[in-house]
Amino acid sequence: MTQLALVIDLNVCVGCHACVTSCKEWNTSGAAGFMSDDNPYDRDPTGTFFNRVQTFEVGEYPDTQTVHFPKSCLHCEDPPCVPVCPTGASYKRPEDGIVLVDYDKCIGCKYCSWACPYGVREIDEHQKVMKKCTLCVDRIYDAKLPEAERKPACVLACPTNARLYGDIHDSESVVSKAIRENAGYALMPEWGTQPANHYLPRRKTEMRIHEDELDRAANPLKIDGRLPKPGVKDPSLDDVTSW
Amino acid sequence: MTVQSPPATDQVATKNTTCYMCACRCGIRVHLKNGEVRYIEGNPEHPLNKGVICAKGASGIMKQYSPARLTQPLRRKAGSERGAGEFEAISWDEAFRTMEERLRKIRATDPKKFALFTGRDQMQALTGMFARQFGTPNYAAHGGFCSVNMAAGMIYTIGGSFWEFGGPDLDRARLFVMIGTAEDHHSNPLKIAISKFKRNGGRFISVNPVRTGYSAIADEWVPIRPGTDGALLLALTHEIINTGLYDRDFLARYTNSGYLINLDPASDQCGMPVRSGAPAKGDNPEHGHNQLWWDRHSGRAVVNHAPDADPALLGNYRLEDGTPVKPAFQLLLERVKEYTPEWAESITGIPAATIRRLAHEMGITARDQRIELPIAWTDSWGHEHETVTGNPVAFHAMRGLAAHSNGFHTVRSLAILMSLLGTIDRPGGFRHKAPFPRAIPPMAKPPKGPEAVQPDTPLAGLALGWPAGPDDLCVDADGGPVRIDKAFSWEYPLAVHGMMHNVITNAWRGDPYRIDTLMIFMANMAWNSTMNTVEVRKMLNDRDEQGEYKIPFLIVCDAFQSEMTAFADLVLPDTTYLERHDVMSMLDRPISEFDGPADSVRIPVVPPKGECKPFQEVLIELASRLKLPAFVTAAGARKYRDYPDFIVNFETEPGSGIGFLSGWRGRGGEKSMVGEPNPRQWEMYEKNNCVFHQRLPRSYQYMRNWNQGYHEWARRTRVRRYTDPIVIQIYSEVLQKFRMAAQGKGKAQRQPPAHLRERIDTYFDPLPFYYAPLEVQTTDTARYPLAAITQRPMAMYHSWDSQNAWLRQIHSHNLLFINEKTAKSQGIVDGDWIWVESMHGRVRCMCRTSEAVEPGTVWTWNAIGKAQGAWHLAPDADEARRGFLLNHVISEELQLADGARVSNSDPVTGQAGWYDVRVRISKAAADEPAETSPQFAPLPPAPGTNRVRRLWQAFVAGKGEFK
Amino acid sequence: MNPAFSVIFLTTLIGAGQGLFLALYVIEVRVATGLLAAPSAGYYWVGSAIALLLLAAGLLASFFHLGHPERAWRAAAKWRTSWLSREVLVLPAFMAAVAAYGWAHWQGMASATLVLGGAGVVLCLGLFLCTAMIYACIRFLQEWATPLTFVNFTLLGSASGVTLAAALAGYRGEAMVDVVGAWAIALTVAGLITRAAALWRNARLKPVSSLQTAIGIKHPRIVQKAQGFTGGSFNTREFFHGRGPGTLRNVKWVFLISAFVAPVALIAAGLAAQAPLPLVTAFAVQIFGLMAERWFFFAQANHPQNLYYQAVS
Repeated sequence: MTQLALVIDLNVCVGCHACVTSCKEWNTSGAAGFMSDDNPYDRDPTGTFFNRVQTFEVGEYPDTQTVHFPKSCLHCEDPPCVPVCPTGASYKRPEDGIVLVDYDKCIGCKYCSWACPYGVREIDEHQKVMKKCTLCVDRIYDAKLPEAERKPACVLACPTNARLYGDIHDSESVVSKAIRENAGYALMPEWGTQPANHYLPRRKTEMRIHEDELDRAANPLKIDGRLPKPGVKDPSLDDVTSW
Repeated sequence: MTVQSPPATDQVATKNTTCYMCACRCGIRVHLKNGEVRYIEGNPEHPLNKGVICAKGASGIMKQYSPARLTQPLRRKAGSERGAGEFEAISWDEAFRTMEERLRKIRATDPKKFALFTGRDQMQALTGMFARQFGTPNYAAHGGFCSVNMAAGMIYTIGGSFWEFGGPDLDRARLFVMIGTAEDHHSNPLKIAISKFKRNGGRFISVNPVRTGYSAIADEWVPIRPGTDGALLLALTHEIINTGLYDRDFLARYTNSGYLINLDPASDQCGMPVRSGAPAKGDNPEHGHNQLWWDRHSGRAVVNHAPDADPALLGNYRLEDGTPVKPAFQLLLERVKEYTPEWAESITGIPAATIRRLAHEMGITARDQRIELPIAWTDSWGHEHETVTGNPVAFHAMRGLAAHSNGFHTVRSLAILMSLLGTIDRPGGFRHKAPFPRAIPPMAKPPKGPEAVQPDTPLAGLALGWPAGPDDLCVDADGGPVRIDKAFSWEYPLAVHGMMHNVITNAWRGDPYRIDTLMIFMANMAWNSTMNTVEVRKMLNDRDEQGEYKIPFLIVCDAFQSEMTAFADLVLPDTTYLERHDVMSMLDRPISEFDGPADSVRIPVVPPKGECKPFQEVLIELASRLKLPAFVTAAGARKYRDYPDFIVNFETEPGSGIGFLSGWRGRGGEKSMVGEPNPRQWEMYEKNNCVFHQRLPRSYQYMRNWNQGYHEWARRTRVRRYTDPIVIQIYSEVLQKFRMAAQGKGKAQRQPPAHLRERIDTYFDPLPFYYAPLEVQTTDTARYPLAAITQRPMAMYHSWDSQNAWLRQIHSHNLLFINEKTAKSQGIVDGDWIWVESMHGRVRCMCRTSEAVEPGTVWTWNAIGKAQGAWHLAPDADEARRGFLLNHVISEELQLADGARVSNSDPVTGQAGWYDVRVRISKAAADEPAETSPQFAPLPPAPGTNRVRRLWQAFVAGKGEFK
Repeated sequence: MNPAFSVIFLTTLIGAGQGLFLALYVIEVRVATGLLAAPSAGYYWVGSAIALLLLAAGLLASFFHLGHPERAWRAAAKWRTSWLSREVLVLPAFMAAVAAYGWAHWQGMASATLVLGGAGVVLCLGLFLCTAMIYACIRFLQEWATPLTFVNFTLLGSASGVTLAAALAGYRGEAMVDVVGAWAIALTVAGLITRAAALWRNARLKPVSSLQTAIGIKHPRIVQKAQGFTGGSFNTREFFHGRGPGTLRNVKWVFLISAFVAPVALIAAGLAAQAPLPLVTAFAVQIFGLMAERWFFFAQANHPQNLYYQAVS
């Protein structure tokens, strides 16, 4: 059984928001659209987005990490938002594990958003239905697109390739390998939702300098006479010891 | 949700062009539906961005359909004040007639009374040419208040610089050090590269007062006090020299480290490299290449690069004629002797042990992880090398280093450190991009004096150029400035990008003179692109005793209604990037890659809105009407139909074969770089993803300062005139020439006026040195203890995006980030309204405490705050109420200790000192309004701008609601 | 959570309706077994009509919660998994039972009322269960995910309904008003005890989720600096009540007094004075108090998604 998912690599995410707006521009005119904006040119502009990039500070100065944290629907394997939906509008596709909302069935009761611990569902204030990341389901199966482009818009946009996409049930997929090899983890594991999307942690590369590495055999200062070798005729023990 | 295919009746199309949501110039594919933009994605076949796109690029739709777009030429209503934004629409014909009449008169009398200054425009080759043909020296783009220190400091040292000129080779680097804020330049390629670099296990160190942007993913963050980077770099140099971790072979052969410097105080040439009596080598008359080495094998002075010779880099020698000399490197060693890590700790706030470790990491990585590629090449002295080698330590820096009044020497320190590590144009280090490396300095020169400006005559010289010595300055007989911005004067001799930040103040004051017409393109000089915003806005609207405006006529061309357009007498509506032809030209700043030259174009994907006209068309129309020589035939007839026609057919000289675009030249498009005009050139670019990219043979891809094969290629393709080596200037001959002039020595005919001698003598030091930024020197730092700087939000480009309904949701207002402890010490808590006050002014804003900022620094996102009503936002929009503009506390001028008034700029290059201001913070009183201050009267919407969907909107392409 | 008035009205009004119906049926059973003096014939059907009215008002209020009320019928589809769907089925069924029960009384069909009422009781308890479980089943809303939610919905609904039954009895001058009034006092006191138990429990809750688990980083000091947008979103509007802790504290005391203390005092006063007005007032005060209680119930629930929406910059 397939479970499509994103793997977000926090080790390379610079928080540029490319995934945020590429998602918006694809989806507002796509099958999951529209995505309305309120007060677009006024105070408190607000709108529907399926994906957000947040910033956290970890630790205290000077040992501070600034963590950019993109978040969209995690397409849980056991999605708490699906069973609570009274109409069946919220559903998980058996064939690929994508969690979707059928706008025609949605009554806009918002109960599914209450049942999601991650805060990734947003009601469209004007279409009055619950909206969320679809993994660009209208791209990834579009046979008219070249194979390499049958990916979610955010994945294609991401300048640091921090968003990997694939089937986490296929142990050889790029996402499975990334999770396996780079300690991929799920958010809020305490609720047993088994998010399909995973996150890869920061990985720190350090350099260890051995003291003897500073003692250079080929120290150029020697060439320029700064660390001179004693001359043959300079005094030595040979001149004074005889036993 | 059901997946539906679009109805068959929809007209869909896809067109390639080049993005312009920032200056990065990524290739984009624009999908259209019924003529509306449906989706903008990165073009996977484009060499620059390889298919990726950023937040801004992906929001181009909201720029295209922004209600802030100007759609008609506008004239300020008679009787209304500048800045009130009251306009009436006029026809293009009338706009052109107005401009033609005015400019014709100026050109026939005193062309310098017309000044043209442009923002981040990407068409400097054309705008500069227009100014030159007009005959005015008063032209520059925004470089002087952007990062000219980075360009000048590096180019005067290694013949190239970062961004368009070159960059870090992260493909092969093992250690990457980024210093200062650099997020806004070359953004997507750098993001791609940093990510790959990290995944390949490279180590990334960020030196920055603030940890945000790229610094966030650094393996190590080294917080530093703003403006002290030079101290750090000099201390690193100190440690690397002392531990012998420098690349001696590289320094000896490829830099002037071994050149013997005349130290005879009695000599007129004291401080200059001693030249041999032998004839000059090479074909470049400006560079004799006959300086002397002290050959350590034979123990005598020889001409540099004499066969089998190896220069002594250290020591103290005496020439046969008794002249005492020292190798330049010896002088560098002596210079950095005092710059110990302990000394730097007290200035930068970085522990000495950390500085030592950083130096060791750099040095050991460079020495022990040497790269060797099996690429044979021949150097400029005919020596054949079987391999290209490299030391995998790469650096990147931009405005963070540049935007200080000590930035030139800081940047030179960086270039010298990079050279010490042996990383210039080598794998894993810094790599050039064509047309760089260029001669040091590049050949183009500014006009030499007032005589270069003559009525009805093109300017004698390029408006902007690269002085090689005092005689290349643009000054009058008394040593006074010729340009309105005083660039290339003794005050700012190497102001190679001009000094746009002083134009309005100087013109208003009439110092050095009054002008008549100021034309501004795409620069928000009444808001975020100017310092001292409150006063500059008054100057723009100020009149003399006769009631005449001090700046009599103001033309502004922009695509959007901004704070600046409100001050214009005449507003010209520009197109967006999706509506026009553009070239990223080899004559300007192309998009070249490390492996060879590349340039690119924009092709319109949608028709212009309303009566919008590309600024290029405006210039060509004006140039044709004014009969500027390059734009008309000998008989005076118009030469170019329009901009695309101009781009195809213009040649720098008749028959030169050099034009704006280097791809598909020749009659049938069979030539590149040089060739006859090709009438189908645009088509060919269009078919090829709008980009031309020529990969050089591998042997021409490295060591290009001294690569004979590359130089031959560069000469054949007219990238360079000469083939002589470009020797790295550890010791700057050019700076020394200025210093000697100040000392009354040397061969230069010009010497600085008395009051500037000391300034020149001090700052034109041939070796880098550290001094506190001028603003800091003139500030009572006990009263104003904190450095205030800005950072670049990656989802916004300067002030360009507040009219963008999607992007402004990410940053509708900005707060001031303050270290938690610093805030606490002032009784300020997170979310408080506070005052930020410098000796120049004050601004009210909100505080956000942070652990990711050095305690002596406060910062905010750049250019989020807006004036009420500007950019067609509601007067109570977040940008105007909760957001704020830090520029209110930054001044364009400083009062020095001796009372002299100077620009708040680097004394060498005129680079604006944006990041030098010192402030204090205090909690706003409880009864103060919860909004930013100062406030300005709200701007009304300009005529012709779209109605704003105040309550809500939902963009769906193809419905025709947003066209 | 940001309390939605539609849901506050729904749960409090149908709770009162359910309690009233339960009171009617228990009275009838007690009367049938001779333990209580019979009320006048009209008492049952008038009571049923009032209960039905409350249920209908609650149902009506619930429509205001929906983005697409015209599709409300679809909500019956997922009764196998969704407590909301079950509620949508049980509520009309219960209303039908109440209607039938009242109609049977009106028609004097003495043989049918006990059976119809029995079915009604089952549906009534089912409805309490469904309503409560809509909240209690969301595991990560820890303030709600407790059996006390069901207990409180049941007891508080019953208390207000029985108070109303007492008020109706008092108004109509029924003889058993004392007994029903005593029940109302007992239920209100019981409700106070269980609601206080919930307050006590919730005050001591340790959140299972934290910023550490929310973003998967282990460090004692994690602070959000930017939620990714500055002007608010659905996530900031739906899940935050936007009031200070002071407001919450005040509302708590308001509901403790007006839903429990004041009604008990008023009922006692009404019974002592043998006057209907204090009893009617008791119901009015109590239903207001329960609305405040329900507001507090929502506001106190701290959704783990809020961890992700803390700061702008």
